[in-house]
Amino acid sequence: MSAITIPYHPQLKREARSEWVFRGLTVASAALVLILLAGVLIALCYGGWPALRTFQFGFLTHEVWNPVTDQFGALAPLYGTVITSLIAMLIAVPLAFGIAVFLTETCPLWLRGPIATCIELLAAVPSIVFGIWGLFVLAPILQHSVQPWVIGTFGDLPWIGKLFRGPPYGIGLMTAGLVLAVMVLPFITSVMREVFLATPSSLKEAAYALGATQWEVVWDVVLSNSRAGIIGGMMLGLGRALGETMAVTFVVGNAHRISTSLLAPGTTISASIANEFTEAVGVLYTSSLIALGLLLFVLTFTIIAAARLLLLQIERRGARV
Amino acid sequence: MNNISRRRITATLALGASGVATLIGLAFLAAILWTLFSRGIVGLSWSVFTQTTPAPGSSGGLLNAIYGSLVMTLLGVLIGGPIGILAATYLSEYGRTARLSTVIRFINDVLLSAPSIVIGLFVYTLMVVPMGHFSALAGAVSLAIIVIPVTVRTAEDMLRLIPQTMRHASAALGAQPWRTITSIVYPAARSGLLTGVLLALARVSGETAPLLFTALNNQFWNANLNQPMANLPVVIFQFATSPYKNWQSLAWAGALLITLFVLFLSIIARLISSMFGSRESRVE
Repeated sequence: MSAITIPYHPQLKREARSEWVFRGLTVASAALVLILLAGVLIALCYGGWPALRTFQFGFLTHEVWNPVTDQFGALAPLYGTVITSLIAMLIAVPLAFGIAVFLTETCPLWLRGPIATCIELLAAVPSIVFGIWGLFVLAPILQHSVQPWVIGTFGDLPWIGKLFRGPPYGIGLMTAGLVLAVMVLPFITSVMREVFLATPSSLKEAAYALGATQWEVVWDVVLSNSRAGIIGGMMLGLGRALGETMAVTFVVGNAHRISTSLLAPGTTISASIANEFTEAVGVLYTSSLIALGLLLFVLTFTIIAAARLLLLQIERRGARV
Repeated sequence: MNNISRRRITATLALGASGVATLIGLAFLAAILWTLFSRGIVGLSWSVFTQTTPAPGSSGGLLNAIYGSLVMTLLGVLIGGPIGILAATYLSEYGRTARLSTVIRFINDVLLSAPSIVIGLFVYTLMVVPMGHFSALAGAVSLAIIVIPVTVRTAEDMLRLIPQTMRHASAALGAQPWRTITSIVYPAARSGLLTGVLLALARVSGETAPLLFTALNNQFWNANLNQPMANLPVVIFQFATSPYKNWQSLAWAGALLITLFVLFLSIIARLISSMFGSRESRVE
């Protein structure tokens, strides 16, 4: 009796309405993720439009950054961003590879968890802490001990000597690259470790059975099996290095110029924005900084999207990264 | 030297080098933490928690900055957390196989690694310019935008861990999907969702770049969300780059406080997730 009347029960109507509302909320929230990305792009284009219209393509190719004469070119920060990130990758990738090999092959089992946790804790340290550490601890050490030696040893070499000349400032592109290297290290390590772990053990065992040493298994089997994952991890790290702001702002020196020496102060896109934005006067100055932000966003978006696509392909093949 | 011993030596050297790489990585962590503790504890005293930020040379604390940081990060998580969980609910429950979900997951992963300073610029053009002034609310919104992708990622992973059989059982009892989700799936994934929110909180409590030109800074006590508000990261940035000794010492104390808070949150999140399931939580 009552069982027959249930389909007409008002509570069912309420349930259906609640279902409609809840589902709508989840769809709206999910759509918000897309809207956010589009919103960021539109807002940056809108804010940077005055500068882009004034300088047009020259914005990318001019080095002059002069708030007094309202001349703005993005070349120096762009150069600094690319160079510091490249230095960071040159240092971080071999280190991350070593750590990932150690954690998946050499390390005693009981030590793997704690060491992996420690490396991951490095990722939890706020970037501003890397900044003050770089400025107050790393920079003086580099200035007094490392850089004089580097200048003395490499400064007179032909070709590459140009990269290591000039006074030891302590702060500069090289220091920023080094701090960035420490910051992206845990991210690259964790991706590499996961793709290494995803190597089928049958492949490794087969290589061992053929008489390969442990290193040969790592280099010839594990590495070649996880090449795409490693590249994906590297690009993910690169994306982070390009956009990192606070740590770099502390140690890069904030000089709007391009010097051949890696030891000289420079600037990056994010450091320029962080340093100058609140003090920028005039439409063109503010808008140039926003246009810098747009440039950074497009740059990191491209690299991160490519990295994610690569990692997605591996995920499809079975290993979850 | 024959071939085999050369290969053995190569193997020993290469694997030894991997150990050295690990030591270097750990040494960086140790060096940073040691500096932070040794310099931070010197600057730490009761007045840090009871007085507001001082003028150069006079004594003071970080009370207004600590308050501002707490308010803005909590507000950011309160705004971004629910949105993130709802979006994750769509990805995991309603649209698990939809093409739209693949696109959203991908875009979310990109947003996850997007430079936070760009988010600051976005909120600046979106809120600060139309409102005509910097405000704590704009700071909280920019933090919320960073919270969303972090929460979406972890929450979806956690919701997917809940076995389908539970959803089927609930549906067999005649429950609408929303009732199944709110009464069965959410409670089952409770600790996982909590982990996700804690990780998001940890992620934003150290964020500086997006606050620089949204919340700005404030030398004085302010509890008005519509006004610029002091916050630890920006105060640390300003004080550390100043030439004044007392400001620098407060910057170290603040940095120690933030790091301890973030490490504490990460460890709690890790504990909860290890109790919850076998999957490790990611620090991303």
